[in-house]
Amino acid sequence: MYKHILLASDGSENAVRAAKEAVKIAFCNEESIIDVVYVVDFDQSKTDVLHAGSSETLDIERRKKNSKVLQYLNEAKVNYKTTILHGKPGPEIIKYANDQNVDLVVIGSRGLNALQEMVLGSVSHKVIKRVNCPALVIK
Amino acid sequence: MQTLKQQWFGNVRGDILSGIVVALALIPEALAFSIIAGVDPMVGLYASFIIATVIAFAGGRPGMISAATGAMALVMAPLVRDYGLNYLLAATILTGVIQILLGVLKVARIMKFIPNAVMIGFVNALAILIFMAQLEHFIGISTMTYVFVAVTLILLYTLPRFIKVIPVPLIAIVALTSIAIFSGVDLRTVGDLGTITQTLPTFFIPDVPLNFETLKIILPYSISLAIVGLLESLLTAQIVDDMTGTESSKNQEARGQGIANVITGFFGGMAGCAMIGQSMINVKSGGRGRLSTLVAGIFLIFLIIVLGELVVQIPMPVLVGIMIMVSIGTFDWSSFKYIMKAPRTDALVMLATVVIVVYTHDLSKGVFAGVVLSAIFFVVKISTVKIMKEGNRFTVDGQLFFASTDGFVEYFKKADIQEENLTLDFSNTRIWDESGAGAVMKVVELLREKGIHVNLIEIDASSKKIMDKLDGILSSH
Repeated sequence: MYKHILLASDGSENAVRAAKEAVKIAFCNEESIIDVVYVVDFDQSKTDVLHAGSSETLDIERRKKNSKVLQYLNEAKVNYKTTILHGKPGPEIIKYANDQNVDLVVIGSRGLNALQEMVLGSVSHKVIKRVNCPALVIK
Repeated sequence: MQTLKQQWFGNVRGDILSGIVVALALIPEALAFSIIAGVDPMVGLYASFIIATVIAFAGGRPGMISAATGAMALVMAPLVRDYGLNYLLAATILTGVIQILLGVLKVARIMKFIPNAVMIGFVNALAILIFMAQLEHFIGISTMTYVFVAVTLILLYTLPRFIKVIPVPLIAIVALTSIAIFSGVDLRTVGDLGTITQTLPTFFIPDVPLNFETLKIILPYSISLAIVGLLESLLTAQIVDDMTGTESSKNQEARGQGIANVITGFFGGMAGCAMIGQSMINVKSGGRGRLSTLVAGIFLIFLIIVLGELVVQIPMPVLVGIMIMVSIGTFDWSSFKYIMKAPRTDALVMLATVVIVVYTHDLSKGVFAGVVLSAIFFVVKISTVKIMKEGNRFTVDGQLFFASTDGFVEYFKKADIQEENLTLDFSNTRIWDESGAGAVMKVVELLREKGIHVNLIEIDASSKKIMDKLDGILSSH
């Protein structure tokens, strides 16, 4: 079954729902690991660096943004790791998924900013179109 | 860290393309920053060419873009106004020498002592000053000036949604310069503020008397320039580190900035540093390696040599519009939330930094004041000892050292204690020096004189060590 499960997360409620489904799948196989991928937009880097005193606080602040998802995974006692990528969410997730040969991508259908997604086209749509593995989109 | 070969040739295609994009985006800024500094546009253009080229080899952060910058232009403006270009070039060389020294002395470590409140204040003040420097170029000149500024801003705001590859400022410049030329509207142009020479820079020694008098004039500026340049460069390096998920050598970058400034000074360029905005453009356009910075520098001077006659015809209002956008991009808009949410003292340090920079027009003064102010706040905070009373249990909260002992002893002098036995809980404190240990002994004695027995609990190992050392001298039992 699916060993390397990529869970795309932006820290939103929708991402938590996606995490719940990812956990269900991970439970099917003891060797499964959920790779929580959080993409930091390039424009966000300047603000984040400026407001974090050091690279350690930067890392912690970003984990905090993702805390709801990580907390859920902790409680579920499932194997997981976190990966932080930089750039535009869609292309970065696709590139990472294909480079790492992940077995399954789990992604929420909506992110934090509904309006932006209407204008730019949804990240999840781009991802399911271009990853080489099966993808699960969570409503 | 990557090998040198990877740093140069690990991303050739991406680096060449992004370098070209950056060169196009650099030209309007180099022009505008020359105008802010009060020098000919060539001084900024030469600086951008030389600094980018040198830093490609000497820098510590591959993919970062360094050139003539607004922060440096603002610092040097009074020097140019009072003494002229040659003194600026001499100051630029001295700035480089100071930066090389600081790099050798491993200045990057000291950067950690600059609180982020000060850095936030720094970028905000920089944005405000860049904006203020534009006012004289469009307020009350003509109606058409306002129209061109407004149209530029609208283009810069809307076009990025549709056009991703070509830098939008370039499109605005080409479109609006053509309109201005063909419609014949009367607007001030770059040519009104200086000339463009279509030649490569040449080596010459700044024409200043080599004496103590000269040093006295340029040294304060050079120190300010060196500090401001390193601050912005090391901040930019951190941002590029984060964007690319790679590491960089900050001390090598400091030395590289110095080498670049020394060389630019001898070739008639003004002092510069790394640029946050341009470096972000470079990374976003796919630039990662040293090659991108080199291409940016070389393509910039190529464009000037080929297109110099057209550059002088760029209307000032278009440049002003671009600079207003640069200042909007520089400003840290999350500062408003920061003022509300951050600790009161941090918000105050940030605001003080901004106010002092805007008042003195010198970024280094604001940074200095911000650092001093936050150091004072830190000392006040750390030297405050609170004591919480719970029945006969007194919990000491705070650090016990030479600056904080007064409050601690004072509390027990004044306190009206009825209990005959009391417990001093040290779980939330630590004794740092002999003053701290002495103060504890003093309180124990003070209370014993009043007939109160004191029981000390929860003293950590390192505090205990200091106490034990003094045990022989102090007669507490």
